[in-house]
Amino acid sequence: MKAIRVFACVIIVAVCALSLAAGWLAPDGYARQFRETPGAPPSRAHLLGTDEVGRDRFARVLYGTRISLLLAPAAALISTALAALVGGLAGYLGGIWLKLARAFTDLFLSLPWLFLLITVRALLPLNVSPLASVLVTFLILGVLGWAASARVLSTSADALRNSDFVLQARASGLDGPRLFLIHVLPNLKPVLYAQFWISIPVFILSEANLGVLGLGVAEPLPSWGSLLRELEGLISFREEPWRLVPLLLLIVVMTSFQILLSNEEVTA
Amino acid sequence: MLERIARHLASIVALVLLGGLLSATLVRLAPGFDSDAREMDPSLSAESIRAIRAEHASHHNILDFYSTYLFNAVHGDLGTSQALGQPVKDLLRDRLPVTVRVAGTGLLLGWLLASTLAFAACLWQKPASDLLGTVLSGVFLCIPAAVLALASVILNAPGYLAIALIVFPKIFGYSRNLLAKAYALPHILAARARGLGELRILARHVLPVAGPQLIALAGITISMALGAAIPVESLCGLPGIGQLAWQAALSRDLPLLVNLTMLVTVVTLLANSSADVMVHMLRPARA
Repeated sequence: MKAIRVFACVIIVAVCALSLAAGWLAPDGYARQFRETPGAPPSRAHLLGTDEVGRDRFARVLYGTRISLLLAPAAALISTALAALVGGLAGYLGGIWLKLARAFTDLFLSLPWLFLLITVRALLPLNVSPLASVLVTFLILGVLGWAASARVLSTSADALRNSDFVLQARASGLDGPRLFLIHVLPNLKPVLYAQFWISIPVFILSEANLGVLGLGVAEPLPSWGSLLRELEGLISFREEPWRLVPLLLLIVVMTSFQILLSNEEVTA
Repeated sequence: MLERIARHLASIVALVLLGGLLSATLVRLAPGFDSDAREMDPSLSAESIRAIRAEHASHHNILDFYSTYLFNAVHGDLGTSQALGQPVKDLLRDRLPVTVRVAGTGLLLGWLLASTLAFAACLWQKPASDLLGTVLSGVFLCIPAAVLALASVILNAPGYLAIALIVFPKIFGYSRNLLAKAYALPHILAARARGLGELRILARHVLPVAGPQLIALAGITISMALGAAIPVESLCGLPGIGQLAWQAALSRDLPLLVNLTMLVTVVTLLANSSADVMVHMLRPARA
C-alpha cells in the first residue's frame, strides 16, 4: 500500500512539474491560433492536434492543468481558513455560538453543492475578463466550500474545549484568544491538514463541472473544465480519441488524490 | 415523536427563512440588480423608463425587498422569470415531474447497484467480491458529473443512468463501511458460530444495527441526486428543474434561480428530517 501511495504522489508531482514547464514544452502558448490547421489530428507540430479554432491542444492541456492544479489548493486554503475561523472558534466558544455555527453550516450543507455554486456564480457578472473569471471561479469554490470542514472542526474544537490540558490552562489564568491560539489551534492542525487535502479533489471536480456547464473559466484561458467542454461535440469515443486526454489526465490525478487521501480521511 | 416532528419543522422554517434572507441579500447586492433590459427598448417613453426605475428603487431596502418576496410567496406568487417571461410557479409545475422521474429512477438504480455490491462485499468477505465495488466506485468518484452526463449522451444511454453512476460511489462507500462495521460486531461472530444462515444474520442482526444510518444516508442521497440533475438534465436535454437552474444561471435570471435554490433546500431539509424521524421511530422497536 505504501508503494502505491508513493506512486500516486510521484504522479501528482510529475503532472504539476509538467504543467509548470508549459512555457518551455509548448512555447506557442495556449491562445495562439494556427488558422490554417483548425481541428487537426495529432502531428509532430501539435502532439494532441488542434481544437476547432486552431489552438494547440497539448499547450492548452498543460496550461489548463497548471490553472486547475494551482488554484484548487488556493481555494482549499481559503475554505480551510474559513472553516477554522467559523468551526474552530464556535467549537472553542461553545454554547450559543456553537449552536449558531452548526445551524449556519447545516443551512450550507442542506443545499446541493452544484445548485449553490451556479447560483452564486450567476449572481456575479458572467462577462468578465478571463483572468477575473479564473479568480471568481476558484474564490467562489473557496468561499462556499467551508461548511463540511467547519462541521468537523467545530466537533474537534468542542472536544478540545473540554479536554484536561485546556481546563488546566484556564485554571492557570490563560483565556480568550491567547488560549485559542496557543493550545486549541495547534491541536486542530491534523484536522486542518486533512480538511485541506480532502478539499482539493472536490474543488478540481467542481471546477470541471462548472467549466463543462459554461460557468467556469472564460475563454481563451484553459482549465480542465473548459477543456472537457470540447467533449460536447464528440459523436463517439472512438472518434478523435486524443480529445479524451484532458479527461484521462483528470482521472489519473483524481485517482492519485483518492489513493493519497484514503488514509487522511480515516485519520480525520 | 410529535415533539420531534414539530422541532424539525420549526428548524426547516427557520433555516428556509434564513436562507431566503441570505438569497435576497445576495440578489439585492448582485452587480446589475438595478439595470433592466427594458430600459434599452427605444419604443418606451421617458415616462415608462422612469416607472421601471421607480419599480427598482422600491426594492433598494433589503428587508423591504425580502418581506415583499415573502408576502408574495405566501400568496402563491413566486415572481416571473426574467429570461423566460413566465411565472416561476408555472415553470416549477411543468419541470418538477421530469426531475422527480429522472432523479428518482437514477437514485433507485444507484442504491440498487451500490447496496448489492456492498452486501456482496460484506457477505462473502473475500477480496475479489470487494474489489469490483471498490474499483467501480473509485473510477466514478474521479469523473466529473458533467462528463458522466456527456458520456450518457454519446453512448445514447438514458439520463437516469448517469445520475445512478454519480450517486453510486458515495452510497457504496458509506454503506459498505456501515455494513462492514456491523458484520465485525462480536454477536455476529457468535451467530455464525451457532450456525445461523447468512440471510437470517443479515435480516435479524446486521440490518437493525446498520439500518438507521442507512436511512440517514438515503436522506442525504436525495440532495446528491438533485445536484446531479443539473449537469445531467442540462447536457442530456431533459426539461427538468436542473436544466431550468442551468438556463437561469446562464441568463442571470436571479428570481428564478433563487426560487429553485429555495425549493431544493426545502426538499433536502424535508428528506433529511424524514430520515431522522424514521430512524427515531425504528429505535423503540429495536429496544
